[in-house]
Amino acid sequence: MKLNLLIFIYIFIFFSKFTFAAENTVDPNQIHKNLRCLVCQGQSISDSNSDFAQTIKLVVKDLIDEGKTEEEIYSFMSDKYGDWIVFKPQFNIQNSLLWILPYIVLIFGGFFIFSFLKKRQ
Amino acid sequence: MQKIIKLIILFIFLFVIGIFYVSLTRDTNYNTSSLINKETPEFKIISFDESNIYTRNDIKKNTFTLINFWASWCAPCKIEHPILMKLSQTKNLVILGINFKDKEIQAKSFLNELGNPYDLLAKDENGKQSVRFGVYGIPESILINKNLMIIKKFVGPLSFEDYNNILKIIE
Repeated sequence: MKLNLLIFIYIFIFFSKFTFAAENTVDPNQIHKNLRCLVCQGQSISDSNSDFAQTIKLVVKDLIDEGKTEEEIYSFMSDKYGDWIVFKPQFNIQNSLLWILPYIVLIFGGFFIFSFLKKRQ
Repeated sequence: MQKIIKLIILFIFLFVIGIFYVSLTRDTNYNTSSLINKETPEFKIISFDESNIYTRNDIKKNTFTLINFWASWCAPCKIEHPILMKLSQTKNLVILGINFKDKEIQAKSFLNELGNPYDLLAKDENGKQSVRFGVYGIPESILINKNLMIIKKFVGPLSFEDYNNILKIIE
């Protein structure tokens, strides 16, 4: 019973994230924070006042005005500058391990701890 | 059970080492590989004298086009200028110069002093059009064929080696 409840809560949290995300409007600051300043040392577009960052901010504003979604803007930037410009990597074949591995570790780790505790009891 | 724990610890250890190795040896510098063999993006860029607007149609008719992003305030642009002057004398190549975030008077003075290698001259006052070409600093040059495919992108000033490479491609 408890296990079913846990699975239900997990699925609810997992899918509600996508539902609420879909309702949000495009926030330029959020996009700036997730874009890397290519001419700076470890700074995002949001943190930087460089010429490059200023230009990217203008382009992001234009793309939002054109009605592009956050994902479309990241895709546009990746297309021009490569995946390196986006701090949060997109889900694709090359990055699949990066996205899936934490869930695999979580499941196996949970299973391992559960079986370990059960054995001790 | 202990064997499994040891194996898991060994696996985690090797995995962490692997991640560190890949991350530390990876070249994180911006490279242009994402643009090569892609079609030239749609663009609308105003001519330097503001009499015309250049689009992809204007470069479609050329066998090869070299789009060069430059500015009078950019020191490396002066270094590559003699190479652009030499390239302007070659056949099969049209050079489109895009004056990047510059002042008109200073840009004119730059060309009067060093010569004008450009068949077409445009300006990008706020740099927004240059983002479409993946430009993040100047000088940068993009070689495009008549199918509007990007063949090569040169980040930084053109060298004599680049000049020879361009000649090989266009001849």
